[in-house]
Amino acid sequence: MSAQSNAGAATAAKRKPAPLLPPEDARDGALVFVVAVLCFLACLAAVAALGANRAANGWRTQLIGSATVIVRPTASETADAAAERAAEALSAIRPGVTEAAVLEKEKAEALLAPWLGSGDVLEDLPVPRLVSVDLDPKAPATVAVMDKALKAAGVDATIDDHSLWLKDVLHAGLMAKIAALGAAALITAAAAAVIAFATRAGLAARGDLVNVLHFAGAEDGYIAGLFEMRFARMAALAGLLGAGAAAMITVAARLFGGGAGLTPVLPLAWSDLLVLPVCPVVAGLVAAAAARFTALALLKETV
Amino acid sequence: MASPSHEQPGAPEEPVVRFDGVGLRYGRAPEVLKDISFALQPGSFHFLTGASGAGKTSLLRMIQLGLRPTRGLIRLFGHDPATMRRSELPLMRRRIGVVYADRQLLDHLNAFDNVALPLRLAGRPAADYTADVVELLAWVGLGEKMDAYPAALSGGEQQRLAIARAVVNRPDILLADEPTGNVDQEMALRILRLFVELNRLGSTVLIASHDEDLVARSGRPVMHIANGRLGLFREAGE
Repeated sequence: MSAQSNAGAATAAKRKPAPLLPPEDARDGALVFVVAVLCFLACLAAVAALGANRAANGWRTQLIGSATVIVRPTASETADAAAERAAEALSAIRPGVTEAAVLEKEKAEALLAPWLGSGDVLEDLPVPRLVSVDLDPKAPATVAVMDKALKAAGVDATIDDHSLWLKDVLHAGLMAKIAALGAAALITAAAAAVIAFATRAGLAARGDLVNVLHFAGAEDGYIAGLFEMRFARMAALAGLLGAGAAAMITVAARLFGGGAGLTPVLPLAWSDLLVLPVCPVVAGLVAAAAARFTALALLKETV
Repeated sequence: MASPSHEQPGAPEEPVVRFDGVGLRYGRAPEVLKDISFALQPGSFHFLTGASGAGKTSLLRMIQLGLRPTRGLIRLFGHDPATMRRSELPLMRRRIGVVYADRQLLDHLNAFDNVALPLRLAGRPAADYTADVVELLAWVGLGEKMDAYPAALSGGEQQRLAIARAVVNRPDILLADEPTGNVDQEMALRILRLFVELNRLGSTVLIASHDEDLVARSGRPVMHIANGRLGLFREAGE
């Protein structure tokens, strides 16, 4: 009997206060699952946004880095000769142009074939010749500079610097980013709502505990803090699971989705994985805020 | 019955608890308590008696700020709870120890943690209060059961645990609702001695009880509720 009491005193000396909220119960499993799925979707949206951004940037550099010049024949000169001189004049622009070359006749005709067929009709038409220009990516020549050079050479030509396409591509890229961010925001709001709902249920299920704590002198903030901590920890775990699943999908897409990622349209990079660890942190913070806000609002209604 | 209030004129200190014409009704039902007026001076010791359902528990709950009166005025430690900010209530409640009739122990905490709860909520570190809690548990006869959970304790042990939790932070006022309801005569006297001891240290004590033997033995003044009204049944020493 006395040995037992000594043991009791010994454990009492170094006891750690037990958690005031009872250990998680079974329904938390379903909650972890729901939040993990939401985190997974949010991670996919984030990775997709990065991919879309990269794709738009790729298209943009391809379009900015080149221009096409359409050369028409004049009374005194054939289209072929004019195109040769245009290419020469454009090549002379330094810095600004790295290379300018006449598109071979066969290639130009191949481009027209779908509309005009490949018969003799092309021989009789004043078919314009194309000069493809590679621009210096560091200091691309402007349309005005190229136009001046062509005028000086006396060539009748039109310059297409792809700016029409560029606008569309930038627009499409922006839309993809907005869609992905919108999806992420919606998913975050849904996660916050789920946590708020769970906090409400948790407070109701633990009404006895909340009551005892209140009358023993606990502040609202202290009680809210218990739920805040629990749901923050739970959501961080769910975020880890969701991000892990999203990482596996990303790795699989990068490995088996072809050389440039999932498809050439959505190129993924290994660095995209770096965005995923943010998920558990954001999930934890969102859950903490949702739980605290909900708990404080509910506690205000109690005595 | 004529003048239930026994506030002494020229009392040096403000009463710990003071009710003025307090009435209480639940919903639209007739008033459970009517025109309740009394004052508890610091260091006083009263019993509260009355038939089951007379409103003893309701009266105690109003004192611990768990129920708002439907009319009348309550003053607690010189303050009007009705005008207090919500953030001020916890500090006030830490000065009140309560032994509930249904005990309200936390099932997921062991005996030690249940008793330590008010100290923990008051922000005291565990190292600071462990010895006090162990000593108090030994005093109520639960020294061997510090690590037991409430479900493993008998009714009487749970009762003693609830009392230990109520008195552990030396509250300015101790409210007890049938604190000897589940214990034998010997333990009832022991509990009474604990309350007397706490009272001697300065706590104001109010015990709702229908244990007439205990009330008589204590020789303390009795407030009696009947038909929703409060009367001073007997002054101390009469």
